[in-house]
Amino acid sequence: MLADLLDPLSRWTVPALFALILLAGAVKRVKVYEAFVAGAEEGFSIAVKLIPYLVAMLVAIGIFRETGAMALVMQVVDPVMAMIGAPGEVLPLAVMRPLSGSGALGLATELIQTHGPDSFIGRLASTMQGTTDTTFFVLTIYFGSVGVRRYRYSLYTGLLADVTSFVASVYFCRLLFP
Amino acid sequence: MNAIWLFFLLAGIGVAAAGGDVQKVTDGALKGAEMAVEVALGLIGVMALWLGMMRIAQEAGLVDLLGRLVRPLTTRLFPSIPPDHPALGHIIMNLSANVLGLGSAATPFGMKAMQGMQDLNQHRSVASEAMCTFLALNTSCITLVPATIVSVRVAAGSVNPTEIVGPTILATMTGMTVAVTADWLIRTYFRRRGRKVC
Repeated sequence: MLADLLDPLSRWTVPALFALILLAGAVKRVKVYEAFVAGAEEGFSIAVKLIPYLVAMLVAIGIFRETGAMALVMQVVDPVMAMIGAPGEVLPLAVMRPLSGSGALGLATELIQTHGPDSFIGRLASTMQGTTDTTFFVLTIYFGSVGVRRYRYSLYTGLLADVTSFVASVYFCRLLFP
Repeated sequence: MNAIWLFFLLAGIGVAAAGGDVQKVTDGALKGAEMAVEVALGLIGVMALWLGMMRIAQEAGLVDLLGRLVRPLTTRLFPSIPPDHPALGHIIMNLSANVLGLGSAATPFGMKAMQGMQDLNQHRSVASEAMCTFLALNTSCITLVPATIVSVRVAAGSVNPTEIVGPTILATMTGMTVAVTADWLIRTYFRRRGRKVC
């Protein structure tokens, strides 16, 4: 039932937002076409500015993943999983989540299909996927767009949020799906 | 960031060398570089679309209106941004887009917010206090409807695909609270020590 409600809701958000903005513009007598083009002009320069930052980040993550270094890190973290009561199967997803959005979605989909969406692992994987954003990617493009190179402590707060969200996902899934 | 970046690269090269398959380093590097350009170029259209819409919203006064509505909250979270600065409106638009699951709109709104904060930033290449708070919120942000994962669950034949919304929101709120608290603590610490970088 909730799914039936969510579907039209998510289909309506973008059109409704467009309509709201355009109507507000019309009421306030904004020259809508001219304003749109002026704003859109920035899209290209911002996207191009991101390239060096994205290359640096995605090359590092690519090497880290492809060579199996990431798998090695997982072996080190594995004993911690049992301590917080998480099944070992979700560990790759937990490590992948802050690094790569598409990679994490792939792993989550695989877990859901292998173990079933209504299994504990399936539910936990679903929850983990929705709780945080791809920290490394977000930092790279947000700071990259304005040319900030020193991220100071923001990487650590982001990763702290990832770890907390993961532990909280395990906790709430255990609580709500006994 | 420097240390982590170096770690990713050297750990990868080290593991590949030890495993005898150094070709993987080259493969991973080239794949990553190619993907970076793909991602960046793929953003152009969507970015232009939303930045265009945003300009209309701004000229119609919607961004300022939104900024004023949430001012009691934003002035506490972002003490270093003047209360009537447009960046606050953009921050709220970015976070709302995230909450609504409008990933494509969230990024351009976020870029605008970063630009606004960069205008106030005294050290162009160093993250400001406000930027750190913004990203702490952003990376841990709530999505009310995790639409993608719900559709994956539907496709996998789940009996109740949306049952994970509850734990997702609870876990996100926990993560967000911790991130914002940590950010506040670090900020206060730096201010006390007089190393105010923003």
